[in-house]
Amino acid sequence: MTGWRILPMGEAAVLVESALDDAEAANAQALALAGALQSEFEALPAIRSVLVRFDPLRWMVDEVAAYIRQQVERLSPAAQAGGRTVIFPVRYGGEHGPDLDDAAQALGLSAELLVAQHTAHAWRVLMIGFAPGFPYIGPLPASLTLPRRSTPRPTVPAGSVAIAAGFTGIYPARLPGGWHLIGRTELTLFDPMREPPTLLQPGDRVRFVAL
Amino acid sequence: MDRIACAIANRLVGNPPTAACVEITAGGAVFEAVEPCVVAVTGADLVATLNGQPLPMWMSVYVAAGRRIAFEGRRNGARAYLALAGGVDVPVVLGSRSTYLPGGFGGLDGRALQMDDLLRPVPGRSPRDLVRLAGCAWPAPVDYAPLIRVLSCQHLLDPPPADVADLAAHPWRVGAASNRIGLRLEGPPVRLSQPRDLVSFGVFPGVIQLPPDGLPILLMADAQPTGGYPVVAVVIQADLHRAAQALPGDELRFVWTTIAEATQAWRELQRLLALPVEEDDGTALAAAIRG
Repeated sequence: MTGWRILPMGEAAVLVESALDDAEAANAQALALAGALQSEFEALPAIRSVLVRFDPLRWMVDEVAAYIRQQVERLSPAAQAGGRTVIFPVRYGGEHGPDLDDAAQALGLSAELLVAQHTAHAWRVLMIGFAPGFPYIGPLPASLTLPRRSTPRPTVPAGSVAIAAGFTGIYPARLPGGWHLIGRTELTLFDPMREPPTLLQPGDRVRFVAL
Repeated sequence: MDRIACAIANRLVGNPPTAACVEITAGGAVFEAVEPCVVAVTGADLVATLNGQPLPMWMSVYVAAGRRIAFEGRRNGARAYLALAGGVDVPVVLGSRSTYLPGGFGGLDGRALQMDDLLRPVPGRSPRDLVRLAGCAWPAPVDYAPLIRVLSCQHLLDPPPADVADLAAHPWRVGAASNRIGLRLEGPPVRLSQPRDLVSFGVFPGVIQLPPDGLPILLMADAQPTGGYPVVAVVIQADLHRAAQALPGDELRFVWTTIAEATQAWRELQRLLALPVEEDDGTALAAAIRG
């Protein structure tokens, strides 16, 4: 496995970025690398990169980079564990998804067709980020890709299913948000007292089912 | 926010570094001892008093039942830390006793303290322990100069924007929308020569993001784990506590540094944190009991 960029972020962290073009492949690489680094560092996988944090009194940046390159050499594509598939029942449109019609119009689709496309695949959980338990799911095809809303909402209800910037996501709690709300689910995505606290893990698959 | 002051407050009352302290922002809080206890106040000078008399900071103090500790104003800094011998007894959530306000969990019911809340120490301290703990003083002052060393992160951007040097060219005012998630900095905007649309990546406290409006955001203790705004610089770990002591309206100045200097500064700060506390010679304890 080749094609990584290792970029220092301050004296105690480096960002390791996959150079692969394919979003799913880059994500799988990032997950595998984070897993390989976890025994030595705090390694946080994101969509196509891994943030590696270390103690600068134990490691110099160059040593960390060398260690990462060593681990990269050892990664095998086969090591990428297949995640679970989680089914999300969703009420689309209306009060549950107030942006469904506008989003469909902006995409040049009918609302029905947008829902049909959204429920057609088992999408990949690419990252948990933004807020505790918030999954970035995708990558969505161009036909479902919209920029974020020009004005974010100060509050979005918990369980809102949304799309923006080539991803679909689910708001785990009442939060501010700039994504287009197309539906709502009742599953709990985050519970700090549960182990693990997030319902979804990177690498899992998500299938939405219209109620 | 100010990990250094919090760690020292815990050291002074004999707590492990993971014990829960109370963070007081900008003053205005009063605590009454229901039982005898030993406390230490560090961080910002928020005019702490014990029954109306000045409460010595950076020192462990015995507080008799019925006495009141008040934070009555603000001389300098933003956040004071009140450590209680034994540590405040709150559950460990996700490996920490701290409060995460945006998520509403951790600490005391996931919220800021309210009138009439009761803070109990983790049980296990005998009264004799308490007397022994009082009167310990911190031997070395912590540097709170509002000058914050940063490391360039422009290589995250391709091509690197020339104008990011402006970050260190003038002071920045801490904006009103600042909180424990991040400090919103106000000043002449730093413009990137071309707009960036990055795929979200991991971020952490100390990262300086540059949103499209050109006004930097310095991520702090409650920062989200990922972000998509360009990162133009990172505050060195050894200076983050200085930023934690800024309130809206205060000014911060950045200065570029090197990884070698950042590492040396962190080494010195760790050495400072490992210093032995100065045991009481009797006077501090006597003063506290009189107070």
